Amino acid sequence: MNENQNMTDGQAQAVKGSKQQEPAIRPAADIFEDESGITVQADMPGVSKERLEIKIDSDTLTIEGKLEIAMAEGMEALHADVRATRYHRSFSLSSELDAEKTEASLNDGVLTLRIPKRAQYQPRKIEVRVD
Amino acid sequence: MIRHLGSFDSSLFDEFRRLQQEMDHMFGSGPWPNSIRSVDRGTYPPINIGSTPEQVDVYLFAAGVVAQDLDISIQNNLLTIDGERMLISEEGADYYRKERYDGHFHRVITLPDDVDSEQVEASYREGVLRISIKRRAAARPRQIEIK
Repeated sequence: MNENQNMTDGQAQAVKGSKQQEPAIRPAADIFEDESGITVQADMPGVSKERLEIKIDSDTLTIEGKLEIAMAEGMEALHADVRATRYHRSFSLSSELDAEKTEASLNDGVLTLRIPKRAQYQPRKIEVRVD
Repeated sequence: MIRHLGSFDSSLFDEFRRLQQEMDHMFGSGPWPNSIRSVDRGTYPPINIGSTPEQVDVYLFAAGVVAQDLDISIQNNLLTIDGERMLISEEGADYYRKERYDGHFHRVITLPDDVDSEQVEASYREGVLRISIKRRAAARPRQIEIK
């Protein structure tokens, strides 16, 4: 995860500069909560790990990805449902979530983010000691 | 070392930009008429179709699909794609959003008339299904030499 962030720093800077004009696709997402945290699953087909960026800025979680597909040279479009090359979506988080411990995985274009709740908000098991 | 990495990064990014501009140019606009078999925008999965004199490429943006659940067939210039995406709901979890498509899908695409239905290749990578169909050689533009 750390490596990934370092690699995308340069790209992030350049993305910032051109953010206004670029259209972006809002990836469809499923979000659910269980006892220990919140899970986000988002469809981002055409994005590889290297072109994916997850930012956590105080209480905002932002996911961004560059869509890239292999194309033959000199290709012309006959039809296009997808007309942007960037995915972008952000969520605001709440304080009981420990965003620093977010885990991410990308599988066949599906991004899964797991944001755990802080320890004091997790249901605690009370162990029964047997003396 | 750092400088080297830095320059590598920026050239890599230039490459991204170039590709992106190309794609934007290609897919960004175009008042093409709707195909009779076209479906509403927003239908899962979104499809892009591109062509060159040698081949036609169909891209399905179908993340999280198992290749075995895809059934692709071609009859002359009609390409049919049947597929399924079964999402597993987390038991005992409270869902706030369920936006991702769950279930069966079926698309029929009319390809140009000169495609060769014998020469089709399909690959699935990073959630994108790409089907490449070669065009028949006779239909390609030929350079005629002046003697």
